[in-house]
Amino acid sequence: MMATQPQKKNESASLIKSAEIAEVIGKQQPHTEAKILARNLNFFYGAHQALFDNNLEIATNRVTAIIGPSGCGKSTHIRVYNRIFELYGEQRATGEVFLDGQNILTPETDLLELRRRVGMIFQKPTPFPMSIFENIAFGLKLHYRMSKSEIADRVEDALRKAAIWEEVKDVLHKPGTALSGGQQQRLCIARAIVVAPEVLLMDEPCSAIDPIATNKIEELIHELKSSYTIVIVTHNMQQAARVADYTAFFYEGKIIEFGTTKQIFTNPANRQTEEYITGRFG
Amino acid sequence: MKARPATGRRIVNLLVNVAASLAASTGIIVLLWIIIMLAYKGIPALNLDFFLNLPTPPMIPGGGLANAILGTLLLTVLATVFAVPIGLLAGVCLGEFGQQSKLADLCRFAANVLSGMPSIIVGIFVYGLLVMTMGNFSGLAGAIALAIIMLPVVARTTEDMLRLVPDPLRESALAMGAPRWKVTVAIIFRAARAGIITGVLLGVARVSGETAPLLFTALNSPYMMSSLLQPMPNLTVTIFNYAMSPYEDWQRLAWGASLLITAGVLVLNILARFIFGERKS
Repeated sequence: MMATQPQKKNESASLIKSAEIAEVIGKQQPHTEAKILARNLNFFYGAHQALFDNNLEIATNRVTAIIGPSGCGKSTHIRVYNRIFELYGEQRATGEVFLDGQNILTPETDLLELRRRVGMIFQKPTPFPMSIFENIAFGLKLHYRMSKSEIADRVEDALRKAAIWEEVKDVLHKPGTALSGGQQQRLCIARAIVVAPEVLLMDEPCSAIDPIATNKIEELIHELKSSYTIVIVTHNMQQAARVADYTAFFYEGKIIEFGTTKQIFTNPANRQTEEYITGRFG
Repeated sequence: MKARPATGRRIVNLLVNVAASLAASTGIIVLLWIIIMLAYKGIPALNLDFFLNLPTPPMIPGGGLANAILGTLLLTVLATVFAVPIGLLAGVCLGEFGQQSKLADLCRFAANVLSGMPSIIVGIFVYGLLVMTMGNFSGLAGAIALAIIMLPVVARTTEDMLRLVPDPLRESALAMGAPRWKVTVAIIFRAARAGIITGVLLGVARVSGETAPLLFTALNSPYMMSSLLQPMPNLTVTIFNYAMSPYEDWQRLAWGASLLITAGVLVLNILARFIFGERKS
């Protein structure tokens, strides 16, 4: 049995939500269809509130960057999109997050399927303690039933898409941890895309790797965005400017400004955004 | 203000250094002393008869400890079989699922108390629990007593090793859409494998040299064992009995048994270090 390629369910519902959110955000509303909509999202670490009424729209097959100073809630925000925060008992989110019009914060959500659809890349590369091949095949075996040869094809395909096939094709049996940091991160991207997700969340994916490897990952993000909706948290404003179509500026758990990357970087409407962009704080 | 003369400081520094190094060497010296003693007295005892024959009455040559060697191996293997699955699962509860739960706190406390429990108490406990009720000393009771001693070691090491696995690895496996049990079994255990094996080996090393709990449970026997429900011959209680006997050939056997068991524990420890060292590289 094979899962089909991602289909856009509930298109109409999504458009309605889009219109609603447009009123909230006003004229900065991007003119594309939304993949993810966060509405009145609040987040708590125990008693400490980390996010305040976040409203954000993530455009389909575009790159949205989330920038802001350390501790402003960027990572916390995207960690709601795949509900990975639930690993820790004391963390909770309130509000709504719609993925294709379906609120994923309801108890009915199938977490395993949600996480297949919404992949995640972490700050430090996290290859599993197994071979390069098995690293990629792990997710496939988890979600699909397929023959050995089909798995091999999918693994190769994912490694090609992650621009690392040429480097690893002769050492597929070697442990994933034997690769360099940049290669490991591309391995993690291959691992994420092999299960045919719709969204890729990237939590500062380049902060632990060198500039050349960073460059490769940025090129990769450019290529991937035609097939995936990408949300990237970054400390590096040049990176946001280079890779993102839209940018959201977070400060102290609030979304201060959201718009096209060009507008945020050249003509920010908010004084705080401008001060951050120009390096006066943060 | 005048600085203190540097020579004074140097001398104090030297003295403290020498004192600390001497203190540190004490352990090494004692260990070497024991090993040299054991080798000197024990190696002559280790002939073919020692490994192949059953004990003989005093003064009759050709006695060996084949039954006790097998018995100790069997007891240790059985104890490991009992303790490792329970210890691993308890460690998973402590380190993965119930990190902050009341049950885990209680379990952790219990494991700490249990691992500090004098082993003779465990022996008496199993004596009351199994030996009294079943009516005789048995290898099974001995293995269970050893398993109880091994359990907290395995549980706590498993917990510690699971906790050493960085959270991002856990998160990235979960983020692939893997259910929690699969993350634990396929990823976390694999990442912590070397450490957990080390813990098990250290647990085995710990119990294979235990005597007190066996005195009340497996007892000892000069015969080859035929059943787990009968007294089980073993090296440590044999050492205890033979070393204190007035017969020279029995004392010789005790030296040989001591050397054998020490060498076994030493090998286990070195193996554990080696495996754990591999993990780091």
